[in-house]
Amino acid sequence: MEVKNRTISLIVKNRPDVLARIAGTFSGRGFNIENISANVTMDPSVTKITIVTTGDSATVLKIEKQLRKLVDIITVNFIPPETSVQREMILIRIKIPDNSSRSELLKLAAQNHCRVIGEGEATVTLECTGASEEIDRALSFFKVYTIEDMSRSGIVAL
Amino acid sequence: MKMRGAKILLKVLEEEGVDTIFGYPGGAVLDIYDELYRTPGIRHIRTHHEQGAAHAADGYARASGKVGVCLVTSGPGATNTVTGIATAYMDSVPMVILTGQVPTKFIGTDAFQESDITGITRPCTKHNTLVRRIEDLAPTVREAFAIARSGRPGPVLIDLPKDVMQAETEYMAPEKPGSFHDAPAAPVDEEALQQAFRLLRESKRPIIIVGGGIVMGKASEELKSLVETISIPVASTLMGLGAFPGTHPLWLGMLGMHGTYYANMAVSNCDLLMTLGARFSDRVTGKIASFAPHAKSIQIDIDAASINKVVDIDVPVVGDCKTFLSRLIELCREAALTVRPEDRTEWLNDIAQWRKKTPLNYTKNGRIKPQEVIETLQRLTDGKAIICTEVGQNQMWTAQFYRFTEPQTFLTSGGLGTMGYGFPAAIGAQVACPDKTVVDIAGDGSIQMNIQELATAVGNNLPVKIIILNNGCLGMVHQWQEIFYGKRYSHTEIGDSSPDFVKLAEAYGAVGLRASRPEEIEPVLRKALETPRTVIAEFIIDPSESVFPMVSPGGALTDMRLENIIAHD
Repeated sequence: MEVKNRTISLIVKNRPDVLARIAGTFSGRGFNIENISANVTMDPSVTKITIVTTGDSATVLKIEKQLRKLVDIITVNFIPPETSVQREMILIRIKIPDNSSRSELLKLAAQNHCRVIGEGEATVTLECTGASEEIDRALSFFKVYTIEDMSRSGIVAL
Repeated sequence: MKMRGAKILLKVLEEEGVDTIFGYPGGAVLDIYDELYRTPGIRHIRTHHEQGAAHAADGYARASGKVGVCLVTSGPGATNTVTGIATAYMDSVPMVILTGQVPTKFIGTDAFQESDITGITRPCTKHNTLVRRIEDLAPTVREAFAIARSGRPGPVLIDLPKDVMQAETEYMAPEKPGSFHDAPAAPVDEEALQQAFRLLRESKRPIIIVGGGIVMGKASEELKSLVETISIPVASTLMGLGAFPGTHPLWLGMLGMHGTYYANMAVSNCDLLMTLGARFSDRVTGKIASFAPHAKSIQIDIDAASINKVVDIDVPVVGDCKTFLSRLIELCREAALTVRPEDRTEWLNDIAQWRKKTPLNYTKNGRIKPQEVIETLQRLTDGKAIICTEVGQNQMWTAQFYRFTEPQTFLTSGGLGTMGYGFPAAIGAQVACPDKTVVDIAGDGSIQMNIQELATAVGNNLPVKIIILNNGCLGMVHQWQEIFYGKRYSHTEIGDSSPDFVKLAEAYGAVGLRASRPEEIEPVLRKALETPRTVIAEFIIDPSESVFPMVSPGGALTDMRLENIIAHD
């Protein structure tokens, strides 16, 4: 069976140890978390957690069943890529040796739909939001520069 | 009315019908123990180690069908229960474990006797909660009981900081009595049921495997009724023993690594495998690719996660075994379907041939054979005693040779395989069933893992019988070393370093008996059973005796070692 990334959306009770329970279910049973994001919903007593996992369809079904057993989990849903929007974000600080490379970088940023959110004497900080492939592509362009630091979020999905 | 946390706790326990707690006091639970002192409605059995308290609560739950309750202090008191909790978790036993905790303001400061017990037990509890606010106490405890016994049962831990037990709040009775109680069993999917019925009807060589779900789900009557309606042979996992009478003509015994030859052959040659409340442990299936290779499969389990976890199933049914079996019997009745044994001669004859060729037996040689001890015990108790075991050879010989006739009479650590489980579990079972004969079948290794509980048994006048099958070694590991590790008996020989068990019994105020020759088996067992006190009966068994049949780990079920079994051609 085909192993691929799958996005799970969980609605959970906003309790202090709920993330530990979910993470423990994955690690204890040998499942993978590729990335994760979590925040409260419109109702502050309820949190939405989005997890990207890898596996074939049988494995993913096993993950779903194990998650459903957790008392604090309210719903478990798979988000099919065809009928959903899925986004992640990176913040990236790039070193620039001189001004000509600065303008070159700013052009590249614009082409890749990145926002400039900070400019220092020798650095430019960019923000980029998009589907995982778009983020990967943007990153591949920036690789020719020295990346001082970056932070990539987990996926959020609707 | 305003009440302190400790009082609210005990009040909710009483609401939940708790009349017995197994526990061990300590600093963080002083307030609870102080309240217990003034609560005559709850009996507290103080063990001599918190692990013993956890196993005793487990044994109490398995024998009574009620939720077992265990109360211990923070830190080491709590961590000592972990093996007991994990044991109950693996075998789906309903339990509530109450642990003391340091006051909330000290949590996270490495305070004296602080441990993050909710963190430690997260993977081995069905659910756990640290109660930080007194207002949450009563609802949390009520929810814990509901979770412990609903669906696939399991242990639930509640961590109780000392200041929460001392704080006061308004006690609120449950809003609607019973509103926290278990939801009724979900209806069984009708389409799956019809499919299962069709497969059963068409099958020529069907077999049923039963597991702990039949025992927990109290579905033994329905099982027997279906089996007798359509003459299907029944094999069982370790956890399912007792679910079906071991004396029935359609009974095949246990399957798997130490299953009977004929159960393993029947599973390997069946055309339909109906699995009821079992989860396909590696000890049951052997090599998955060779497991029931010619069979269509039906599996019914209350836990969806147990279906298609290990073995691919043709007709998966999530639900309660009792409901499923009742509906299946109805369908048989509606279709006027009955299959008498004489209508199934080909299949039943095959099984009879396997049974005749390779029965479950052993070779006598003038020394005490453990199998003979268990057969004699079976005869003297008419298969009706509550039997607990430790883990290893003692457990497997019991599973093979004690023919259980009633559910909830076989208490053993099946999933986790916990040595030291049997004796404290027997204490819990005896407390739950004071009029029953309760026996722990142990080895000379495992009995020493919780031997301190002799003081609990004697101190509470519990007439538990401990049978020690003494072979001077850690028998099952020794057996593996013999077969798979070139007879290099690394650290498994106990030899003479064990205490004199008769004297040990006497030192604790129990009765000690010993048998060294086969002719002493029956008189010693009789004496033990007739003595209304805690008894240790030690049997010096043939140290060369091993457990057979044996399927090598990862081997196919048909690939059995039969060494000491007398086969007939």
